[in-house]
Amino acid sequence: MAENTTSPECREPEVGGAGGISEEIVARAAAIVGSGWSCAPEPLSIELSRSGRTGYSLPALDVPDGGDHFPEEMLRSKAPAWPEMSENEVVRHFVRLSAKNHHVDKDLYPLGSCTMKYNPKVNEVAARLPGMAGLHPMQHESTIQGALELMWELERQLAAVSGFDAVSLQPAAGAQGELTGLMVIRAWHASRGEGGTRRRVLLPDSAHGTNPASVTLNGYVTQELKSDSGGSVDLDSLEEALGDDVACLMITNPNTLGLFESNIDRICELVHGSGGLIYMDGANLNALMGIVRPADVGVDVMHFNLHKTFGTPHGGGGPGAGPIGVTADLEPFLPVPRIRRQEEGGEDEQFHLDWDRPSSIGKVHASFGNFGVLVKAWTYIRSLGSDGLADASRAAVINANYLLGKLTDHYHLPYPGRCMHEFVLSGCLQKSQHGVTTTDIAKRLLDYGFYAPTVYFPLIVSEAIMIEPTETETRETLDLYAQALIEIARAAQTDPDMIREAPHNTPVRRPDEAQAAKFPDLRWRI
Amino acid sequence: MNIPQDLVYSKEHEWCRVDGDVVVIGITDFAQGELGDVVFLELPEVGDTATTGEEFGTIEAVKAVAELFAPVNGEVTEVNADVIDSPETVNEDPYGNGWMIKISMSDPAELDDLMDASGYEAMIGEGE
Amino acid sequence: MRYTPSGPDEQSELLREIGVENFGDLLQGIPAHLRMDDPIAIPEGISEMEVRAEIEGLAAKNRGPSDLIGFAGGGAYDHFIPSAIDSVISRSEFTTAYTPYQSEVSQGTLQVIYEFQSLVAELMGMDVANASLYDGAHAVAEAMLLAYASRESNTILVSDGLNPHFRKVIETYAAGLSIELRSIPLASDGRTDATVLREALTDPAAGFILSQPNFFGCLEDAAGLTEIVKSTGGKKAPLVIASVYPISLGVIAPPGEWGADVATAEGQSLGLPLSLGGPYLGLFTCSEEFIRRQPGRIIGRTLDRDGRESYVLTLQTREQHIRRQRATSNICTNQGLCAAWATVWMTLLGPDGLREVARQCTQKAHYLAGLLNSVPGVGLSFPDTPFFNEFTLSLPLEAGGVLRRLADNGWLGGIDLNRFGEGAPGDLLISVTESRTREEIDAFASVFTDIVTGGE
Repeated sequence: MAENTTSPECREPEVGGAGGISEEIVARAAAIVGSGWSCAPEPLSIELSRSGRTGYSLPALDVPDGGDHFPEEMLRSKAPAWPEMSENEVVRHFVRLSAKNHHVDKDLYPLGSCTMKYNPKVNEVAARLPGMAGLHPMQHESTIQGALELMWELERQLAAVSGFDAVSLQPAAGAQGELTGLMVIRAWHASRGEGGTRRRVLLPDSAHGTNPASVTLNGYVTQELKSDSGGSVDLDSLEEALGDDVACLMITNPNTLGLFESNIDRICELVHGSGGLIYMDGANLNALMGIVRPADVGVDVMHFNLHKTFGTPHGGGGPGAGPIGVTADLEPFLPVPRIRRQEEGGEDEQFHLDWDRPSSIGKVHASFGNFGVLVKAWTYIRSLGSDGLADASRAAVINANYLLGKLTDHYHLPYPGRCMHEFVLSGCLQKSQHGVTTTDIAKRLLDYGFYAPTVYFPLIVSEAIMIEPTETETRETLDLYAQALIEIARAAQTDPDMIREAPHNTPVRRPDEAQAAKFPDLRWRI
Repeated sequence: MNIPQDLVYSKEHEWCRVDGDVVVIGITDFAQGELGDVVFLELPEVGDTATTGEEFGTIEAVKAVAELFAPVNGEVTEVNADVIDSPETVNEDPYGNGWMIKISMSDPAELDDLMDASGYEAMIGEGE
Repeated sequence: MRYTPSGPDEQSELLREIGVENFGDLLQGIPAHLRMDDPIAIPEGISEMEVRAEIEGLAAKNRGPSDLIGFAGGGAYDHFIPSAIDSVISRSEFTTAYTPYQSEVSQGTLQVIYEFQSLVAELMGMDVANASLYDGAHAVAEAMLLAYASRESNTILVSDGLNPHFRKVIETYAAGLSIELRSIPLASDGRTDATVLREALTDPAAGFILSQPNFFGCLEDAAGLTEIVKSTGGKKAPLVIASVYPISLGVIAPPGEWGADVATAEGQSLGLPLSLGGPYLGLFTCSEEFIRRQPGRIIGRTLDRDGRESYVLTLQTREQHIRRQRATSNICTNQGLCAAWATVWMTLLGPDGLREVARQCTQKAHYLAGLLNSVPGVGLSFPDTPFFNEFTLSLPLEAGGVLRRLADNGWLGGIDLNRFGEGAPGDLLISVTESRTREEIDAFASVFTDIVTGGE
């Protein structure tokens, strides 16, 4: 990419550009002050407790009470200090707490790398059907045919999106998918007699932190590759780093700068040529559906984040799901059990579980993975279908580029050019010229009722501001967000103290994180 | 930037105050500034062996962590318990009460491999 | 059904404003030969009405709880779920938020998890809890990794009473790190063989993993086993790692009372639906000593600029986004919503509710055990060993066949222990929760009797 050869150093600002601050955004900020948040402190539940209250009832015991069945020394000596509250109080307590959260259903949540798209409500209905939510994980396979069919289909849907030959749904999260993928790679090398020698994993310096952490957990060692001036994997460094002790390269594509690795096929060729494999972090798959299939460009293993790309809710941190896709060569090593469809036979017991997999790495989850999340992802993919998924990626890329275009006059763009589904700005100008840091900018955004982007990541961009708007946002919302960021850039010049003091309108303001880490208070003590 | 003239410095941003065969070790003003609010220190025990270039502890800020590397070989003779209890001292007084350990050197000649104040100043200048 | 607001016209307009002719112009970074020629090879999208019909069709192919009344446990239990939980936790504010990076606008999630950590630490009798892990198996795996990192040995001793699926998961985690898992068998009473444990401890070990109650329902002498481990090696003794069934802690001594260093659990029984095994909730608690070595997210309480109590992600230097390849774990997030779910469950029940669930589980299970134990040819595999709400039976017939016939009659009759391979100490694992009525228990026992004695 010729246009990406500019050095990522800070440029002089080009203040100006888009016209004055819209009245809309001013009105919005004003409306949020005092009304958007529940700022009243909420006591801990234990502080609301009154002896004798409860929010729970059971029928009276209807079998004979056989008395104590346990020896005295096995009994609990002290009841847990849990609150005693009525159901009404419990509900109010948690509803009041909920009012202190920003969330996608309220407004834009443009956390880069997290793909905070709208979570369709029909997915929730699907996962809550008693015929799904009520299944015991050790029920006989003949009694869970619908669930097995759903998982079997989801495997094939994900394979169709990505081009891989086989998919395992077992990993419970993206990070566990990474680890599972690395385990599969380790098993593959071992099967070729290279298990003991190939232990080095190459990863670019822009990688997510989970990548190197997963490498260590797999018993491998990391070697970081410097990105080139365009933010991509540097081919020379890669060639230099390759050797017969390299197990794989872990790559994110589009990378964490939101740029497609243009040399991906060459990269794969080089790594394969030296006997290594390619692991792709699928966190950014929302940029690629219907555009590029990672397996086609030479990737051997990839994890999917169903909670990012396939619209399942993030739940304040989880549960997600991190299935992996692999090429046919690696299929024998996937976790057990595998789901098989009987090609012939009657209507009944079409699907069954295959545990007889001598090369498998074993299990990474006690059951099938986060089944409830799988149901939601199936529902999402079935709803959107081939055309809808492609449209989602297309709109995600358009939205990101539209927003980027509005901001480049006001924030430094260290790697200029078009982006994929997200982009990374730097707050370096605001910091060097006005002493306003990226943290300050992020905090000020909260005053507008928006969530902040991902900040200080990737590590190769100073004062990084990583924005991923997703496809489910309207142009109107993007305009407002751009206006807010532009206003903040202006205020950094005219009233930097105000930005440094932000946020002003939130339930709390900059909790003391140093104090929290110095004197950890991690629970109540009664 | 405070870089006292009477100290010697390692590439890993530790300073050493030499007192006979014993060196007092801490981290520089520059290093504490880069880390931000120090919240936790893990230091060795008295009697432990320190090996040049190897880790003797870790220092943690809110969102950063760094290893502490021994600038010289020797035995740890004293550990600053106060700085473990009040890690902010590293930020407030890096060259004084923020010292971390004392090492009884096995080979004082190793000090020659360390930098003086101007050498250290030049090193951090390059990095910026 | 699509959720993208922009249609083709609007997208063209946006492209014009971006300054390109068509969408392909935005993809300059992708060499043409790498792009897909054909559409994704799945069917086109369908309407919400159609997708509802399809998913309901799939659900109908399963035999759900109205069709199979459950006596299966083995780590996942059919407990009653109060309505208030879903009502509160399905709120968008909890469901559609993410990891609380910006604490100012995430105090809801943060305080809920702080309460979760408090409730779980209290339940387990341990010093601290983290913000949760993926599931009970993963929690044991992380505990194993903590022991491996904290002690000089590569050996982890594992009681054969650990859930066999958990065992499989920790084997997978152990493989890459050359951790050697050494099994400690069960004695004839169904409990971990203390003599073998004592012998095994003559070699160095980093940890000892036990389950309470164990997978076969037997209540271990957890305090006695812990004492054996602690008596070796002094301060550097192997870590005692517990995997417990949270509901049992309403009556049974929690791991903190018997001295475990790390206590884990599958948290599904704290109000979560069975959902074919996931998403579940890994509980992870430990003693103060390991506070900075815990895996995963942790929430702390502090004060904000204006002196207000507030909650933040804390001790983050342990984690992958800062310590990268030296992190204590690779986990990035937690099971936030499941943790919130369990938090509401624990808050609704309070200490009395917990005690009552545990009492009803105990009494109902012992009632059923009494009925089945009197069936000719059937016997409790460990008649002299105390159990909580789950017990192992030895049968005169093959358990798989008995379960199939029970299923034909509408009963999920337990777990066939032969599915875990040879050498299981018994045939059928049965659990009873408070959800089962006496009527159901009596009817089940009657059908069971008929099947086993050939009366059907």
